[in-house]
Amino acid sequence: MAKTAALTGVNGLRDIRRSPASHLAEALDAGSVRGQVVLNEGPFQTMAGVRVDPRSEGGSRIAAVTGGLPVRCGEVTGTDSISVLWLGPSEFLVVAPEAAHDSLGGTLIGSLVEALGDAPGQVVDLSANRTTFELSGPQARAVLEKGCALDLHPRSFTPGTALNTEVGNIPVVLEKTGEESFRLFPRASFADFLGRWLLDAMREYGSPEVP
Amino acid sequence: MLLISCPNCGSRDETEFHYGGQAHVAYPENPNELNDREWAEFLFYRDNTKGAFAERWLHSTGCRQWFNMLRDTVTYDIQAVYPMGAARPDKSAPAPESGTASTAPDSTTTGTAAPSIAATSTATSTAPASATAPEGATK
Repeated sequence: MAKTAALTGVNGLRDIRRSPASHLAEALDAGSVRGQVVLNEGPFQTMAGVRVDPRSEGGSRIAAVTGGLPVRCGEVTGTDSISVLWLGPSEFLVVAPEAAHDSLGGTLIGSLVEALGDAPGQVVDLSANRTTFELSGPQARAVLEKGCALDLHPRSFTPGTALNTEVGNIPVVLEKTGEESFRLFPRASFADFLGRWLLDAMREYGSPEVP
Repeated sequence: MLLISCPNCGSRDETEFHYGGQAHVAYPENPNELNDREWAEFLFYRDNTKGAFAERWLHSTGCRQWFNMLRDTVTYDIQAVYPMGAARPDKSAPAPESGTASTAPDSTTTGTAAPSIAATSTATSTAPASATAPEGATK
């Protein structure tokens, strides 16, 4: 009974929340090669899965909350704190900092639900569904190319786009946040495998290059 | 490995997709009137075409949308990708021959059941023709 006391209230839960790859934190730090490629697990995010027809009235109400809905594959819209990733013609992933969650004083999920109203569609709180890996550095693209069949060359995969694809045979949403930085959103249960897969793919850059 | 051109996402690896079997197999209009053999044929019996074959695919790790694809089962050449509910592109010619019943569903692509019934009925009736047609059609 004494232990369950910590679970009362949402903020008690927040204190004991562990991210899906938290047990890899040391390994990710040790496996990162400064100046080449750096991998770490990002902070918790507030995520919401939105399914709505973007051309409908409900869709435009949702777009008003999120700062637009992407219209084609790869497009990312939103404000400086919210990004909306295209998952399908009527399916979107809203990603925002953790503090935007209603349980922590934010309003994101509630306002999305309110915006949808009775319109056909759904808003689902998916904050615990996926975790975030942040991969950056000059070799980040080379690491991803070992397990991703997409064309990741900057001429076709530009910063500010996100694609639903597979990395290391794991279905992920791959977002390019900068010239040399990526965010990967794997499902929580794949976090351990993908983290270790990426570490393995990064290993060679810790050794001197063989001419 | 096939490179499949998803109507929403563009060209992607075959591993991102799931196969959905033969396209244009309509649900029977009155399932209760079917005998066991007809019901089994609806459930389990599919064409085993050599040549152009219409099939359903799902982009399961991408946009999660279904689409139809016309693929040559010999050369693996993808001849057409078209939306669900649309008529099979290379069958547009034989459809008027079978009379008024099939021209009406062709003009209304909104109802999914009605057009595909007509499509399968013409497909089965013209199956021998389609088996020989691809050689001429592909060249």
